[in-house]
Amino acid sequence: MSRSRLVIVALIAVIAVVAAWYLMRMMAPPPSDLDLAREKPSAAGLYHVAIEPELQPLEQGRMHSWIVSVQANGAPVTDATLTVDGGMPQHGHGLPTQPQSTGHVGEGRYRIDGVRFNMGGWWVLKIGIASPAGSDTAEFNIML
Amino acid sequence: MRRLAWVPLILALLAGCNPSSLTDEEKRVVASLSLAALPPVPDDPSNRFAASRAAAAFGATLFFDTDLSANGEVACATCHKVDRQFQDDLPLAKGIGTTDRRTMPLAGVAWSPWQFWDGRRDSLWSQALTPLEDAREHGADRTMLAQLLARKFGDRYASIFGPLPDLSGLPEHAGPRSDAAGQAAWAAMDEGRRREIDTVFVNLGKAIAAFERSIVPTQTRFDRFASALAKDEEPQGDAAFSDLEVEGLKLFVGKGQCVNCHNGPRFTDDHFHNTGVPAAPGLPPDRGRAQAVAQFDADPFNCLGPYSDAAGKCDELKFALRDGEELVRAFKTPSLRGVASRPPYMHSGQIPTLQGVIDHYSHAPAAPEGHSEVQAVIFTDRGRAALIAFLKTLDP
Ligand code: HEC
Ligand code: HEC
Ligand SMILES: [Cu+2]
Repeated sequence: MSRSRLVIVALIAVIAVVAAWYLMRMMAPPPSDLDLAREKPSAAGLYHVAIEPELQPLEQGRMHSWIVSVQANGAPVTDATLTVDGGMPQHGHGLPTQPQSTGHVGEGRYRIDGVRFNMGGWWVLKIGIASPAGSDTAEFNIML
Repeated sequence: MRRLAWVPLILALLAGCNPSSLTDEEKRVVASLSLAALPPVPDDPSNRFAASRAAAAFGATLFFDTDLSANGEVACATCHKVDRQFQDDLPLAKGIGTTDRRTMPLAGVAWSPWQFWDGRRDSLWSQALTPLEDAREHGADRTMLAQLLARKFGDRYASIFGPLPDLSGLPEHAGPRSDAAGQAAWAAMDEGRRREIDTVFVNLGKAIAAFERSIVPTQTRFDRFASALAKDEEPQGDAAFSDLEVEGLKLFVGKGQCVNCHNGPRFTDDHFHNTGVPAAPGLPPDRGRAQAVAQFDADPFNCLGPYSDAAGKCDELKFALRDGEELVRAFKTPSLRGVASRPPYMHSGQIPTLQGVIDHYSHAPAAPEGHSEVQAVIFTDRGRAALIAFLKTLDP
């Protein structure tokens, strides 16, 4: 086999594997051990983060807000700046809106407005937290 | 006794695809798609005439009036035909000229936070103003429309919106989106007068918007099927689904993944997706949602603008996703209610038949620009027929 042919075959194999992986990811149910905790330490352990939707029960399609509580060493963090990102890991897309934090609302609690889940299934909300104590993120899984 | 254990299994096999073969999860999704799950039409805080009956009746008159056009031949209803689900069966709409997109059916538009295929307008009233000034559609302009209202509907206008401003000495044709002469005439008018005319123009849009709130989706066979299912009854008469239709339903909510985007009682997630639909030949490149962002932000008639009554209550506009690759060639998920009887399909009528649409989803071609969200799902011949049979149950 010539080198260029080998390259082509290798390429096709890679594409096939990627496509199969993609399909499996799309079709597979979310991992059954998905951590659905609404409260956890941030990734690097700087903060303890809890999230609570203002819309109960959560509804597909409705825009709504969340309250995020941030603590460090057991005390509320009142001077943090929050960012929100997220999406659907199995569908490979992000959030349909650009949620924003309206800032600190007291006792280490922050409001995030403009969240919408336009599909049913497994969503991830990533909260970015920056304060003089450092920057960290906390990822939450949400099932709809 | 042991033999009896087979009875439920045999019964289940005999039952085949009848509705009781739907899983609880499938039944839950069916309920979420049914018209019974449609909430009341949402308020439009940006339009204080939205709930006015007089405004809606006036809006209905305007919707059908061909005098609202440069050549006296084009009304909203020219393209949005009442007896054709408020669309025109054409790949590209024809007004004074030909547009780059397909006419959208209007059932349930008032539930939609964004208007147009790319969502470049954030209310029904700001949407209505757009075709009026588009040279390919109505080709009208602002001073012409104000004068027409005064001449033809002065009293009616005044009874709803208050007296018209003084129109004496206005140029016959002037507007910021009209031809060069019209634009120059508009620029030459003083600011205060332009504001007065804009207010009249906006009220025209608000009346039409009030009317459009009454264009609602109607009961279909699917809804009757769903309502029997919700009551745990066997669907009777035309509410009963054939095996093929049930199979199509299962594909739609299951393996086909259609319900990811075509969800809720209007079969749309009200969002924008690149589904790899090929570019329409001969038309300029269409970047969909990616080109709409700058337009809705610059629109003086958006929810946060001076003509809106929302007093800042504009969550859709405030929290709109404004950047990212996902917006490129993303188009609004269309409702699938009534879809089988209104070909052609897609934003520029690229696909002539439902068969073609199912082929599209099973090939999942790469997008001409950006990245398609659709993953190929291989449908058998029977699967294709089943999906189409199911879509037909969504016809009014
Ligand atoms: C020349 C044909 C034509 C005329 C006339 C016309 N429309 Fe349309 N309409 C269209 C097309 C084409 C689209 C999609 C355009 C796009 O996405 O850019 C559309 C889209 C719409 C939408 C958006 C629906 C949705 O789901 O997003 C509404 C609402 C609407 N038109 C109402 C009106 C009203 C009100 C008028 C009269 C003031 C009108 N149209 C006049 C062709 C027309
Ligand atoms: C990723 C979201 C998504 C998925 C999944 C999806 N659709 Fe669509 N669908 C859309 C969008 C967006 C359009 C319009 C695309 C365009 O015009 O460019 C559309 C258009 C259509 C149309 C044409 C409607 C019209 O008025 O033009 C039909 C029919 C349709 N889809 C059926 C299906 C079926 C059946 C499935 C499952 C096999 C499916 N869709 C899966 C988003 C989706
Ligand atoms: Cu998704």
